[in-house]
Amino acid sequence: MSEPARSADALPAMGPEARYFEALREGRFTVQRCDACARTIFPPRILCPACMSEDLSVIEPTGLGEVYSTTTVRRPADKGGDYNVAIITLAEGVQMMSCVKGIAPASVRIGMRVRAEVVDGRVEFTPEGSAS
Amino acid sequence: MTMQEMRGRVAVAGVGIAGLDATGHTELEILGLAAKRAVADAGLTLQDIDGICTASVSSAMWVMPVVEYLGLRPSFQDSTMMGGSSFVAHILPAMHALLSGQCKAVLVCYGSTQRSSTLNRAEIGRYRRVLDPQPFETPYEPLNPLSSYALVAARHMHEFGTTREQLAEVAVAARAWAALNPEALKREPMSLADVLDARMVSDPLTVRDCCLVTDGAGAFVLTRSERARDLAQPPVHVLGAGAAVWHRQVSMMPGFTTTAASDSGARAYAMAGLGPEEVDVVALYDAFTINTILFLEDLGFCAKGEGGAFVEGGAIAPGGRLAVNTNGGGLSAYHPGMYGIFTVIEAVRQLRGGCGARQIEGAQIALAHGNGGTLSSQATAIFGTEAAL
Ligand SMILES: [Zn+2]
Repeated sequence: MSEPARSADALPAMGPEARYFEALREGRFTVQRCDACARTIFPPRILCPACMSEDLSVIEPTGLGEVYSTTTVRRPADKGGDYNVAIITLAEGVQMMSCVKGIAPASVRIGMRVRAEVVDGRVEFTPEGSAS
Repeated sequence: MTMQEMRGRVAVAGVGIAGLDATGHTELEILGLAAKRAVADAGLTLQDIDGICTASVSSAMWVMPVVEYLGLRPSFQDSTMMGGSSFVAHILPAMHALLSGQCKAVLVCYGSTQRSSTLNRAEIGRYRRVLDPQPFETPYEPLNPLSSYALVAARHMHEFGTTREQLAEVAVAARAWAALNPEALKREPMSLADVLDARMVSDPLTVRDCCLVTDGAGAFVLTRSERARDLAQPPVHVLGAGAAVWHRQVSMMPGFTTTAASDSGARAYAMAGLGPEEVDVVALYDAFTINTILFLEDLGFCAKGEGGAFVEGGAIAPGGRLAVNTNGGGLSAYHPGMYGIFTVIEAVRQLRGGCGARQIEGAQIALAHGNGGTLSSQATAIFGTEAAL
């Protein structure tokens, strides 16, 4: 017979965004891959914006990436000091806002190779090859 | 009616600004004053207004209090909110409504008491994070919108060799124009060194690469061109208009060095049947110095990557090769939360003449460009005098 209908009342208990943040809390960084067109998707979505498919697999990316852009947000020392905000392009091709830790904020350079880690429920990056 | 057939069929009949210092006043109060000035400028009364376009940063249903406050019963209303570009983006739907006969006179209006408001800004920030969450950026504490523009500026510098000095040129040119505009709020001289040595906020942008935080309200009235010819002011015709939205979060911007202005501008030029080389006056939403450079490129005034070199040596300052932000822009004139409507008002004022020391003699065609969010939405409008039709 026909495949089971996806009725409006048959949604799973958690949507893609809730599952993403649950994985993060468990220390796992995930992205999605569209089963239909193989496109990598981030942030998590309920459908593929390229082909509309709802069949999206959750995968763990290699964690490797490159700094696409970077800024040092200036903050008084007594409020925690300067910090880095960066845009990272993952090896899988998707882009995200994050930060590069493990070096001075102003030492982060565009093009720098970085690796992801999950720290306190958020994805951060450190320069590739540096001890973390 | 095709887009090209709409060219020159609707005009700005009146403009108004009010409340640049709104101390003790509400946003509706200064909006009301700007609305009155625009309507009176056109030689109309509020009773003639049967179309309304407005938007607010804080109120999601803003058209309702505005209609109530001004005592309107509009047959056309558009309260689309896409940030600071909204009031430029309102022009095209308003043209459809005017040309279809849905309404006869549209008031586009905005007001903000961002500077004098006694509301707690940190508290507002907390509410926004709840009501309009961006869970993929907020954890990294970007100082938004500033850090998003800083990230784009850093990428532009990396790809094209754009320098901090070139960014500073934009701020210095805006200040030089502001000195010629009695309405501008920052008129004291400012040098490249003043910008370069200013307090860094989010690299590479200093506090002087950022727009002002002011109060202010702006309004303009649109009617069909044939009606505008019978009203109080020389009509300033809409030759072309277009808008584009590509993303919300800067991290989702598809390539940091080209904005959706490349789309909105192309749409406006196509409708107007002209190109950037025919534009006499340019009014760009300069929330940050990088904006001016990006929009000069994306709107075709120079090639991609050459915006920094283009603005060097006072090229967009008074007496330069292109008149950009002749009122002093958001960087030096006024910037009440969202600046977009003021690009239209300055373009119209220049085409009418009578801008005093900052008047561009013989200006026939002006371009106004609004930006919203973190380079997320863009809207372009091209205006012309009767002679430009
Ligand atoms: Zn797909």
